Amino acid sequence: MALFDSVFYGFAALTVASAGVMVFSRNVVYSAVGLLFTFFGVAGIYVLLAADFIAIVQILIYVGGILVLLLFGVMLSQKGAGVDFRTGTMNVLPAALVVLGVFVVLFRVVSNTTWPVHAPTEYSPTTATLGTLLMTDYLIPFEIASVLLLGALIGAAFIARKG
Amino acid sequence: MPTPVFSASLTLTNTITSLTTLSETLTSFIFMALGAMIITGLAAVLALVGVYLERKISAHMQDRVGPMEVNTEIPLLKNIGHGWAQTLADAVKLLIKEDVVPDAADKKLHLLAPFIVFAATLAAFAVLPFGRNLIISDLNVGLFYIVAISSFVVIGIILAGWSSNNKWSLFGAMRSAAQIVSFEIPASLALLVVIMAVGSLNLGEIVAFQEGGIHKWLIFQYFPFNLLAFLIFFIASLAELNRAPFDIPEAESEIIAGFHTEYSGMKFAMFFLAEYANMFLVGVVISTLFLGGWSSPFGSFLNGSAFFHVFWIALKAFSIIFVQIWLRWTLPRVRVDQLMYTSWKVLTPFAFVAMVGVGLWMVLLN
Repeated sequence: MALFDSVFYGFAALTVASAGVMVFSRNVVYSAVGLLFTFFGVAGIYVLLAADFIAIVQILIYVGGILVLLLFGVMLSQKGAGVDFRTGTMNVLPAALVVLGVFVVLFRVVSNTTWPVHAPTEYSPTTATLGTLLMTDYLIPFEIASVLLLGALIGAAFIARKG
Repeated sequence: MPTPVFSASLTLTNTITSLTTLSETLTSFIFMALGAMIITGLAAVLALVGVYLERKISAHMQDRVGPMEVNTEIPLLKNIGHGWAQTLADAVKLLIKEDVVPDAADKKLHLLAPFIVFAATLAAFAVLPFGRNLIISDLNVGLFYIVAISSFVVIGIILAGWSSNNKWSLFGAMRSAAQIVSFEIPASLALLVVIMAVGSLNLGEIVAFQEGGIHKWLIFQYFPFNLLAFLIFFIASLAELNRAPFDIPEAESEIIAGFHTEYSGMKFAMFFLAEYANMFLVGVVISTLFLGGWSSPFGSFLNGSAFFHVFWIALKAFSIIFVQIWLRWTLPRVRVDQLMYTSWKVLTPFAFVAMVGVGLWMVLLN
């Protein structure tokens, strides 16, 4: 278990540290790089929790899709159109109140839940089970999500044609 | 209440147990480190072989004189001729070159980018099957893992282009990102065809499915849909590798060298090695998915030992690499709009045709 623990703490430290970089950096591209390592750390923790498929999807969707899109947007606006991207501090008091509220809720959730604190006992492939469940018990949510994505796709194509 | 002797022995037992777990941890760590080192060495050597092939094949195809002349004054080796020392000279040049970082560059990201690209390439090597039990990490989601981990390469390329603070680099990076993201769609759809036919994402099982001779190879199953998927995947992989005729992110006649214009010395070498290691990676993936992987084309003949497995996979992978190089030195570069046309209006619809075709075949005929 020593290996499991050390790998877990390694990934946890990576996630928290890079999340810190992401939040505190004033440069948006640095934040994006911080986010890259956060996603990687979270994927590592998924692997430790025996969720192999989710870990890979995490990398594929968040790193390969969302982060690339984010960097694309920043690069095109900053160097292409000359917009200066810097994160700043504003509306300190309302922000502090909201953050405090969220913290209280999260703290209560964390302290009131009984968490399983042992390593998973068996590592078995999850892909086939996930596929079967998506096509049987969760077919309706799956179909609704795909219709939503189709709508977003048509909308994006429409806006791109107009512009 | 335990006697002092008993409690002492208990402590001793505890210490021994914890030492055993510690040594087990250490062994696992050593095995992991060993695996990582094997991959790094393998990838570096294979990349050098790839560079050597590229220089030689291009020299033969285009009557280039330079790469046929490089030689040494060492007595015995002098007579080999044929410019055999070309890659040695290339490697030495790259190692001793000065590392120039532009003043206006973002120093930290400029340093980080080649490491991300190189590390992502090496990480994908971990699941490649070189033989029946010759696989560093036999993942259940191996194929999916390769697709996912490759997205780190895109991030590295974008960061390289952005941090160089050079218009050409930025253009190259944006072209590269747009190209890789677009071609990922037909490539993934072509992979789905294989996954449907085999019913597994595990690369070892995909090879096992095709064992027993050339007629069992997936490229010949569900004719012509799998052949179509093979062609789509090959074309899309050329684009994802940024290779000719889709090398517009580097396009030296338009944007100097794209995202790696501002890189020199060892950092440039890392992009370079990653590119050739990626060529080998794609070669192994295509062979594994469509050409029977490490299994022999003659059924059980020449299929007995690990030696033959490695021989077949290397032969197949290097044949793919040869075709990649052949195309690069034969075809002109396409325009950006032609590239996007190829991806969205040709490859993607045909990939859907292949996927639906195999699906219908499996439902109706099997």
